[in-house]
Parts: sequence; structure tokens; C-alpha cells
Amino acid sequence: MIDPNSPVHDDELHAFVDGQLPADRREAVAAWLAEHPEQAAAVAAWRAQAEAIRMRFGAVADETVPERLDLDRLVHDSGGRGGRRPWWTMVAAAVIAAFFAGGSAGWMARVATAAAPSSTGSITADALEAHALYVVEVRHPVEVPGSERDHMTQWLSKRLGYQQRIPDLQPLGLKLVGGRLLPGPTGAAAMYMYEGPSGERFTLYCAKAMSPETAMRFRSDKRYAAFSWVDDKAAFVVSGPADRDRLEQVSKAIYEQVDRSGAGRKS
Amino acid sequence: MATFRQQVEATIPALRRYARALTRDRDLADDLVQDTLLRALRSEHLFHGGDLRSWMYTILTNLNRNRLRSLARRPALSPIDDNDAPDLAGPEGGGRDIARALATLVDEQREALLLVVLEGLSYREVAEVQGVPIGTVMSRLARARAQVKSYLDGERPALRRVK
Repeated sequence: MIDPNSPVHDDELHAFVDGQLPADRREAVAAWLAEHPEQAAAVAAWRAQAEAIRMRFGAVADETVPERLDLDRLVHDSGGRGGRRPWWTMVAAAVIAAFFAGGSAGWMARVATAAAPSSTGSITADALEAHALYVVEVRHPVEVPGSERDHMTQWLSKRLGYQQRIPDLQPLGLKLVGGRLLPGPTGAAAMYMYEGPSGERFTLYCAKAMSPETAMRFRSDKRYAAFSWVDDKAAFVVSGPADRDRLEQVSKAIYEQVDRSGAGRKS
Repeated sequence: MATFRQQVEATIPALRRYARALTRDRDLADDLVQDTLLRALRSEHLFHGGDLRSWMYTILTNLNRNRLRSLARRPALSPIDDNDAPDLAGPEGGGRDIARALATLVDEQREALLLVVLEGLSYREVAEVQGVPIGTVMSRLARARAQVKSYLDGERPALRRVK
């Protein structure tokens, strides 16, 4: 775009737009642009783009920071040293130390790359999709009925490649309807369905995850909502009607059972 | 002097802005920020001075790439929620055009453009965040700007959301 013989390089035009040009070149570039309308038009377009991006997203920085990003809360919730980690916010154990290496940009990149990927979003999407598909089933919501819990545990543990522990939610008034095998992100996934006295249904979706551990997440769409987390490379997604309090209660009960019993630990 | 935590805290608004523009999805963006914060707090012992802001941007950028990589290995799924719909189809004039234009960019180009124009990082800092030489940052920036321009100048096909 720029005449190679000209004293102004393309990079300088970008720096001009971005305010990163040394003061002594600014005037020269401005003068040069006055003589080169085509490049001046490009520069104007880049400026307009930058302005549009700032207009569009700049205000995000002025929004109130959501509670879940509150550092005191993150630290408090993840800092339960010694005892069991609090259910609400689990974080990756520091595998990071192993990746420490000298060099500045190098180690920065490695620290972050070595850390766990955030892949619960897509697993949650799968789980919600399965939930929406099967909770409406009247006659065939599951493959194996809840009365065959032992058989189901054995079968799905084998298919998923790690020990399944099917939570008991009777204390919350939820009966185990049964379970089924589903395709998951890295092979097989399992879905367990529970039903309350008024017919409301919750599902627990289990699959191997890419990430070692993640924080607990809440998602909702119009009809259903889900809590999801990854613990020791096992993903758990609890889906149900979009009633956050009830879902939180159910998720908490499930978390406590799968954690205490060590589900997902490849023992 | 501000403690490490206070310094981390001070980066949150900017991280949210960068994440929102990167993903154009509010929930996803805050998930990324949350993971970034946890990672940073856990890794304090690895932070040996230098520019904390750049370090935070580095972590967030890499977490986002990991996320995209794991999505890429899988068949496309429709987004699970509509939370991002207002972002793309909002009534605010040119806003939706620039958001769509960003969606057409290659990830590395989008990162470079946003770090420069939205976050105000120097080219050198962007090079550090992306782990590449400055020349690569310049060419990413140039290609990003050319692509955005041609998108905005050209036809505006109905864009399916690129995750």
C-alpha cells in the first residue's frame, strides 16, 4: 500500500494511529499523509475502527464488577487449607510450579498455557442439551432404571473409565429415576436423572474433562439452568429447572457426595 | 504500597473489557476473568515483578486460546444461552457492525487489535503477551485492520456466531 521508496513505512502509519510514534516522527508522517490521500483514507478508517471498538466495549470497564469476581470471596472460598475445599469455588491446584522456567516472556506464556483450559462451557452445553432432550420423556427417560443402581454403577464406571458414584438425593425428596450412556467430549458420558414429588426433574451429567479442576459455574437459559464444575479431570453438570436456589441446594448435595466418596478420582 | 492482591484487583475492570470484546459473550467473558484471577492468585510466587497488567492479559489470552482449542476439537454446538444476543444484535448503531467484524478475525489478530486499541498496550507489551516478536504483532495488527475494513466496506452477510 505504501510506496516502498517513501520515507514512511506501514508500521509507522499504525503507530501514528495508535499514538505510539515517537514525537519527532509525528509531524513528518502527518505531512506525508497530506500528500497521500489513499493512505490517509486508510489511516482514517483505522481510527474509525478503533473508535468503534472503544465505543462498543469501553463501558464494560465501568460496569459494577460482579460478585463472583470479588477477590475476597475468591480467596476465601478457595483457601480452605487443610480441610475439604468449599464447594462453591474450587480452583486448580498449583500444578503451575512444575512449569516454572527462566526467561521473562517465556515463563509468562508457559505459566498460563500450562494452566487448565476452561472447557466446562461446552460440557455444560452438552449436558443442558441432553437434559432438555430427556427430561420431557415420559416412557423412556433412562436406559437403566434407578432400581438397578449397582448394575448401573458398574456398567457406567466401565464405560466412562472411572468409578461412578451415584448420589443419593432422597433427603432432598428426589428419587433416582435411572441413568443412561451418552457421547461425551472425550468418549463416554453418563447422565443420571432424579425426580421430585411434583415431577420436577434434575439430571447429573458426568464426563471426563480436559481441565484438571475449575471453579463452580452457573448458567441458565430460559427454561433450564445448570451448575457445573470439574474436579480432578471429572466434569459434573447438574441441570434442572431455572430455579437457582433449588438447583444450588441439589448441586451442593451432589458435590458433597461425589467429593466425599471421591468420584472422579482415578483410583 | 499496594499489595499483590490489590494490584490484581485493580486489573479486573480492564480484564473484563478485554474478555468481553474477545468473546462477545458476557458469561463466557466473566468465566475467563474468574479463571484468570484464580490462576494469578495461585501463581503469585511466579510473578517476579514486571508489569502485572501484561501478565494478567497473558494468562487471560492463553486461557481463551485453550478454550477455543478444546471447542475446535468438538463438533459445533449451538450456544446454550442467549446472553450474548444483545451484544450482537443490540440497537446501538455501529456497535453491532464492529462486533461482527471482530468475529471474523483470526484469534491472534483479534487479540492484537484489541490489546492495542482497547487496552492501550504498547506494541512491545503485546509482543510479550502473545509471546511473539514485535514484527509479528505489527503484521497481525495490519491484517486485522485490513480485514475489519474490508468487512465493514463490503457486503454484510448474515453472520453465524463464531464461537
